[in-house]
Amino acid sequence: MLKDITLGQYFPGNTVVHRLDPRTKLLMTLLYIVTLFLCKWFVSYGVMLVFLITAVALSRIRPKALLKGLKPLIIIIIFTAVINLFYTEGRVLVEFWIFKITAEGLQNAFFLVLRIMMLVTGTFLLTYTTSPIALTDGLESLLSPLKKIHFPVHELAMMMSIALRFIPTLIEETDKIMSAQKARGADFETGNIFRRAKALIPILVPLFVSAFRRADELATAMECRCYHGGEGRTKLKQLRYHRRDALCLLLGAVLLAGIIVLRHFML
Amino acid sequence: MAAVIEVRDLCHTYSVGTPFEHDAIKHIGFTVEKGEFLGVIGHTGSGKSTLIQHLNGLLKPTSGDVLLSGESIWKDKQTTRRARFRVGLVFQYPEYQLFEDTVFQDIAFGPKNMGLSETEIKQRVFRAAEFAGVKPASLEKSPFDLSGGQKRRVAIAGVIAMEPEIVIFDEPTAGLDPAARKSLLENISAYQKATGATVMMVSHSMDDVALMADRLLVLNEGQIEMLGTPAEIFREAERLQQIGLTVPQVTSLFLRLKELGLPVDPATYTVDAALAQLLRLKGGAAGC
Repeated sequence: MLKDITLGQYFPGNTVVHRLDPRTKLLMTLLYIVTLFLCKWFVSYGVMLVFLITAVALSRIRPKALLKGLKPLIIIIIFTAVINLFYTEGRVLVEFWIFKITAEGLQNAFFLVLRIMMLVTGTFLLTYTTSPIALTDGLESLLSPLKKIHFPVHELAMMMSIALRFIPTLIEETDKIMSAQKARGADFETGNIFRRAKALIPILVPLFVSAFRRADELATAMECRCYHGGEGRTKLKQLRYHRRDALCLLLGAVLLAGIIVLRHFML
Repeated sequence: MAAVIEVRDLCHTYSVGTPFEHDAIKHIGFTVEKGEFLGVIGHTGSGKSTLIQHLNGLLKPTSGDVLLSGESIWKDKQTTRRARFRVGLVFQYPEYQLFEDTVFQDIAFGPKNMGLSETEIKQRVFRAAEFAGVKPASLEKSPFDLSGGQKRRVAIAGVIAMEPEIVIFDEPTAGLDPAARKSLLENISAYQKATGATVMMVSHSMDDVALMADRLLVLNEGQIEMLGTPAEIFREAERLQQIGLTVPQVTSLFLRLKELGLPVDPATYTVDAALAQLLRLKGGAAGC
């Protein structure tokens, strides 16, 4: 059950998408999201879809793995679709009892669902092809101008990489604690919602205790190795832009400009 | 004697249908007699933990079956749930599963889940605490205020309190100092003698299992490599070393003596037997 969580999962590979600088990928994702929100009509979505499918194909990530990432969002997607379907004013297509479905509602619902799905798939492509370390390095580098106004960029990046690093550890720990409590007859599967919530206490308490213990140990270990924040810290792997990064960003800019033009013609 | 546990052709595959798919245990079959002490040894990743989690139904076999007193634990839901109480499983580092406000409540968690009466629970908690060597004064303390060794004893008491017919310990002495280790093993021995329970113990320490176990089960890469009495197992020291295991310290000493040409039994594994042989040697030498 817990093993199905794909958050922050990384599929190692050696494709163009994998080799792109993490900063490029972050910027591209941002551009992609902005562009997606500017889409108006089939033509724009079509262009974006072609871009997404090409990127996925280049990354050699199995589409199945990407679709699996959508699974936890099914409820949100359905909810959004239903709300839009019934609550958009416009030309009424079908009417029954207090509900009415409008043509505009149908169209809104369709585009919103498409947008959410493309949004999630696009961002999953980022985490699937970029190792968490590269991702935080990229983020730190991109945000470094903010250091001028004393924003703790390095600390934030460090926190992020530690958090990502410990997700699998904590999942494993949860599994272990669950087995141990089940061995003492704990029952997580039956009973109403209150009983089930109460049944989580024997898992959550030891999990928190061990998370604090781990945090404490990690802090000590970092101090022992003379960690003292980002000041004067050098990196083993320096990030460097290549030609493919420039090309990729250019493509992103063209895409954004193109969609803005299409938007102007309401396409 | 009747077999209390029977494992039939057990296989377990993890992550079926993903690139991470692998067989943890393959076609394992053995029986455990009532009242027996079975030691389970094997290299890291040999399938020990996977195997013991099948015995109380925490893991469902990919194929094969587990029988308790001749009845499959997967017959129906109730039988599976009952198996949890009949087979007590003490995990590695069990102190990390403590969660209640007081030690008493934590030990009572298992019995409470069994649906016992208040008085029965109370009796069981006191009995289990005594067996596991939990100080009576600790019972009203928070489990998080105890020392590491005491925490582990509380966790063990939490399993014993369900009064299972079979208790399985996974590396019960890992990370304890020698004194705490010795005293905990003595507690386990005494518990078995007093209750007649069947005990299985997974361990890395050959010295621990050699002294306590009636029989040893040696696992290697998910399969049974050897199954027999300690004397039988330690006679094949070379085979053990090949799969990355050692023999008890006494045995390795006697292997060396044998190599040096002395007439000793290399399968010696207790200090008493070793002493008897050494004295005989000395006596023999003096006679010359």
